[in-house]
Amino acid sequence: MRRPFDEIVTEHGPAVMRVCRALLGSADAQDAWSETFMAALKAYPRLREDSNVRGWLVTIAQRKAIDQLRAAARAPAASAEPSEPAAASAAPAEPDSALRAALDALPPMQRGAVIHRYLGDLPHVDVALLLGCSEAAARRNAADGIASLRKRIRKEDR
Amino acid sequence: MKAHVSPNDRDVVRRLVAAFPSGDVAPSSALRAQLAARAEREGLLDLAYRTVESPFGPLLLAASRSGLVRVAFAREGHAEVLERLASEISSRILLAPQRLDDAARQLDEYFERRRKRFELALDLQLAHGFRRTVLTRLQRIAYGETTSYAQLARAAGKPAAVRAAGSACAHNPLPLVVPCHRVVRSDGTIGEYLGGSQAKRALLALEAAA
Repeated sequence: MRRPFDEIVTEHGPAVMRVCRALLGSADAQDAWSETFMAALKAYPRLREDSNVRGWLVTIAQRKAIDQLRAAARAPAASAEPSEPAAASAAPAEPDSALRAALDALPPMQRGAVIHRYLGDLPHVDVALLLGCSEAAARRNAADGIASLRKRIRKEDR
Repeated sequence: MKAHVSPNDRDVVRRLVAAFPSGDVAPSSALRAQLAARAEREGLLDLAYRTVESPFGPLLLAASRSGLVRVAFAREGHAEVLERLASEISSRILLAPQRLDDAARQLDEYFERRRKRFELALDLQLAHGFRRTVLTRLQRIAYGETTSYAQLARAAGKPAAVRAAGSACAHNPLPLVVPCHRVVRSDGTIGEYLGGSQAKRALLALEAAA
């Protein structure tokens, strides 16, 4: 039995949004989130019933985020142009820029592992698939990433 | 296996989650509405649904691209109804009120006794064979009138199929709009109803008073 897509959005939408926000800026995250769920809606009836839906969605989101980063890199002037009418919902401001900076300063594998494990709420085995590493490496990178974040935050709080 | 997370690390994780909020994708958020609108534009919205208030509690309305396909009382379990729609019609279902604006407005008017017939495109794909024939016959029973299950079976071309006619009413995917509440037992008692016999009695009273 296949669940209504609306339920899928309600259940997994928040985690996918957190991942998009961590991978991209707050405004671009809404675009990536919408692109992710449009692509997912299109493919959903063909998705295997026993699929890991969260992992599937975060995989799409990661791809959409990379697409956006590439497009932004190709057209660096684009952000200076008048932007399209703002999305109907204003993107919430990121309240913790210190943490964001600390996350972005992590080595790529640690950053990826932290984002997918703790913001995507995925098990290490899925994080490993997303990062193309072993499960043990995903686990280690997530732990090292969190430890490193803790140190940076503590340093800054002092 | 859960990773071992020290209390200190748990604080970091909590702060991390708080730093990347996700409130803008809550069920009735603008972002969700945009997603539904875009799905509609791109032809990917197989089923739109919404709920409306009624004197009998919230009603679930669902429409395919061809028309209203399902009206459900709360006692049928709206989540279960959506799940059945996903397996019987399509899983591409989103909360998308616009497609159902007309149906919602006409139902409001009906409950306020300002409307005696519905002018809506209907999609009867959930009813098959004799049951569908019964539904098309039901549509001819005028506002404020009643008929019996035996008469309904006769009108649908199978005079002996009284039970089957009753069963078609009991499984009517479009109660209220396809007026199965206008069918009562030959002995004058009210008979079963999807929305409960109290709702049926109230509907007949509403129509009689108009």
